[in-house]
Formats: sequence, structure tokens, C-alpha cells
Amino acid sequence: MISQETIVPGSHESLKTDELLINMGPQHPSTHGVLRVVIVTDGEIVKTARPEIGYLHRCFEKHSENVEWGQVIPYVDRLDYLASMNNAMGYSMAVERMLGVEVPRRAEYIRVIIAELQRIASHLMSFGTYGLDMGAFTAFMYGFRDREMILDIFEKISGARLLYNFMWVGGTYRDITPEIVEQIRSFLTYFKPKVDEYNTLLSYNKIFIERTKDVGVINLQTCFDYSLSGVMLRGAGFKWDLRKDVPYSIYKEVEFDVPTGSGEMGTLGDCWDRHIVRMREMKESIRIIEQLLDGIPEGPHRAKVGKIIKVPAGEGFSRTECPRGELGFYIISEGGTGAYRVKCKSPCFLNIAILDELGKGQMVADLVATIGSLDIVLGEVDR
Amino acid sequence: MTFDEVFEKLKTKFPDAILAKEETKPDPAVKIEPSKIKEILAFMRDELKFETLGCISGVDYPKIPALCVVYHPTSYTHKTIVALKAYLPRTEEPSIPTVTDLFKGANWLERETYDMFGIRFTGHPDHRRILCPEDWVGYPLRKDFKSPDYYNGMPVPLYFAEEEKTDTGGHA
Repeated sequence: MISQETIVPGSHESLKTDELLINMGPQHPSTHGVLRVVIVTDGEIVKTARPEIGYLHRCFEKHSENVEWGQVIPYVDRLDYLASMNNAMGYSMAVERMLGVEVPRRAEYIRVIIAELQRIASHLMSFGTYGLDMGAFTAFMYGFRDREMILDIFEKISGARLLYNFMWVGGTYRDITPEIVEQIRSFLTYFKPKVDEYNTLLSYNKIFIERTKDVGVINLQTCFDYSLSGVMLRGAGFKWDLRKDVPYSIYKEVEFDVPTGSGEMGTLGDCWDRHIVRMREMKESIRIIEQLLDGIPEGPHRAKVGKIIKVPAGEGFSRTECPRGELGFYIISEGGTGAYRVKCKSPCFLNIAILDELGKGQMVADLVATIGSLDIVLGEVDR
Repeated sequence: MTFDEVFEKLKTKFPDAILAKEETKPDPAVKIEPSKIKEILAFMRDELKFETLGCISGVDYPKIPALCVVYHPTSYTHKTIVALKAYLPRTEEPSIPTVTDLFKGANWLERETYDMFGIRFTGHPDHRRILCPEDWVGYPLRKDFKSPDYYNGMPVPLYFAEEEKTDTGGHA
């Protein structure tokens, strides 16, 4: 900032500047969906960046009160449409917890393998689009090429490429065949060296580092204040992953690390840290799948829960680690065939709320870097 | 720290504001006095190490009748979540103190609860609807909400009214 005394009359600094109000979105390539950000700029500097949401609100919670327990799953798929499997798994586990149903071992194996594949697919999308935001088109093509292979696997097991309806209360809707196991294995062999290649291509690229280091710094206290979760926490150097710390399903039987940011390129908790955490999580997901692929037990892939599910009266809050953070379902049942209330604690909804604080004082171009590093999906923000 | 330990600690600290333990399954809840929510959450954050506020949900109970605000303080130290339930009278716009000065993340969560249930959070810095349009009438997640026939001159599809009769999966 230039103080008033140092301005010389007649120089360019004495020119009067005005604040400019810009609407970024709802249709904008780098808002990753229908997000509208109301930006007030002073030249190139952002003064406020207020996110306005609700353009994709589809009354998920109202719908869940009006349909049966199982019929909610297609709606859950549409929350975070880049990680449908993880969402549906979270909801199914919440209902199973209320029911007190034990899921068969085979189903647990299939679920975790598929959920980790979905995590890779989701992080590949994030890697690709983040590269695109930063002006690197190649990353986008590579990310989508590899994501396509995972989608092919999902298409074989469920028949759909985006919204699968595969995870089901009590297990999975369909079984997987040895042929699919082989396909997953060959994908892993192909994909394993690629993560390092992509790191060389994008993460350690000089221009990319310059664009993302020291930008959008979120420290740990801010994470707690704003209830941020997932990659935001780990990017701020806090080793917290529900799969490790409050293990569910069969995660306590597999070995994997929880990557955290360390401020390698600049400040701890900057955009680069969050990006590299996602890249390293893909490697850990590969490790998890490799450990599970060989030992998938025989048996049923779904517990017997009956065609019409009746959940005993009660309430419960259960949460799972999704690619974008902690997805929680607060479910109240009155003993009927449908829910009395389903509240979705969406990680993206809480993560995007921090944008106004992060945006203040940034350059306009850095705001794009910040939004990209939050990796939001508007389907989950608006529900 | 288990739920019972948390409950005992809260009960000793706030004998008047902690009303009862709700033995719901699988997760029990603590029934609290709505006007004391700020003190309880501040105590939990600073003394009991519940670092963050995981969620704020509204629930409508027309049978009691009451509107309920459920807080889920979350602890990374104890790896646990506790549900605090504050019951409010089921009037047009009941009110409860805001907790935005304790947790900034509560800002949007409270706006969402207002938007869906019409619960007013006194002292909130930006008290507006968040998901519905600002000129929307009524609070959609209340059990007696009737979807309007027209919104700004556009017909609203009868998602909920026709559903039980025709069973078209929600599409009239």
C-alpha cells in the first residue's frame, strides 16, 4: 500500500482508482461447477470474495425423508458426483450402523478396493483440472486418460460410468468377477509409475510451484475454526485421516501412511502442499488396493437385510473419509421404512466457506489457484 | 473420553443448563438449555478439547411440538463426537444465540439451518438464506411445508404431493 504522503501530484500514483465488482461464475471454467463468487477488486487485488451457492440445490435432505432407506442411495451418488462410490459407502455404513448389520467380509474387501479406486479417479480429476487452472493443459489430458480406465472398470461392475448405484445397504449390489480383479491389477501395474511421472510433469514444475507456493495459506487453527477436514487438515501438517484414526470397514487391517504437507516449497498449508498431499494419497491408495486384491475371501457380497428395510428407532452420526474430506450422515429414524431426517455433513460446504477469508488481499489470478486447491464439487456443496 | 465422561463433566460444570441424557441408539445425545449453548461450546472447546464444530443440524418434531438444533462438537484429541440437542418452541421464528464468534465455520451452518427450518440465530453477522433463493417463502425442511404452486410465475413441479399416490420415484 502507498501512504497518502508519498504520492506525488501528477504522477501515475495519484490517478484515482475505483473498486470494481465482478461476478465470477456461476458459469465459469475455473469455479468447477456452478459456483458464483462476488468479487470486489481494487485493481488486481481482491478486497472481498464472497461465495454465493445454491444454484445446484436439489433438496437431497427433503427427498430422503420421502423415499425408502435404499432409495436414498441414487440421491447420495449425486452429491459428490466425482466420488459417488465413497458417498454411497458412507451412507450405507451409516444405515448399517443403525441397523446393527454385520457386512460380509467379501463385501468389505470389494467396497474398500472400489472406494480406493474412486479416490484415485477423484484425485486424478483434481490433478487435471488444477493443472488446467494453472495453465497446464497436458496434465488435464493425462489425468482424464487414466481416470477413463477406472471408469471402464466401474462400468463393468455396475453398468454406469458416473453414478453407479453400486454400494448397497448390507454390502454391494453386484459381485465382482476374477476378470475384473485382473483388470484392476493390470491398471495398477500401468498406473503405479505414472504418479511420479505426473509429479515431475506438474508438481515440481517451476512455473507451477511459483503459482501455488505461499498462496492461500490455511493454518491449523483456521482449519479448526472453519471445521475444515480432509486434505485441508493434512495440507496444514495435521496427521488426521479417519481411515487411520477412527478406522472403519477393514482399514485397520491394511498398511498405509497418511501424507501431510510440510511446507516444502514455501509456507506450511499453501496450495502446493494441498496439491502434493493429493498426489501422495494416490500412491497410498494403490498400496491399499495391492494388499487387498490377492486375499478377497469367498462368500456372499451382501448381508441379508430384506427387500424393505426397517431401521429401528434411534439416531446416529457416522462419518467416513471421502476424497474431499469427512462426509458425515446424521440419521434419525422413527422405526419406519424411510428416514425421519437425514442430515448430510458435507465437507465441500464447509471447505468453500473459507474462501472469503483466504481471498482477501490476494491477486485475482491467485484466487483461481486457491479455489482450485480447495477442490470442491458443487453437487455436494448445494446438495 | 467416552460419552458418559463428557456428560458427567458437563453436568458438574453446568448443573442447570444440562437438562438430560437422551438414551438414543446407537448414539446418545445431551439435552441442553438453548440459551446456554455458547457457554457450553466454549467450555467444551477450551477445557474438554473439542476443537471443532462438526455439524449443526435442524430437526422438526411437530409431535412434541418442538424445533430442535443439534450441535456436533468434534474432538481430534479424543477422536469422538458428542451430540448436543437444544429444543426450541415450534413457532414461526424461534431463536437461539449464534456461535459464530466461537467457530467461524458455524456461519454457513447456521444460515443453512435458518434457511431450512426458520430458526433465527441472534447475533449472526450475515443472517440470510443460503441454499434457497432469497425471496423463497416458507422453510422447506419443516414437516408441514407445502411446496408453492408457482414461484416467480413459473409452475413448481409437484414433487412431494403426488409422490405417495403415483409412486413415480418423485417425478410427477
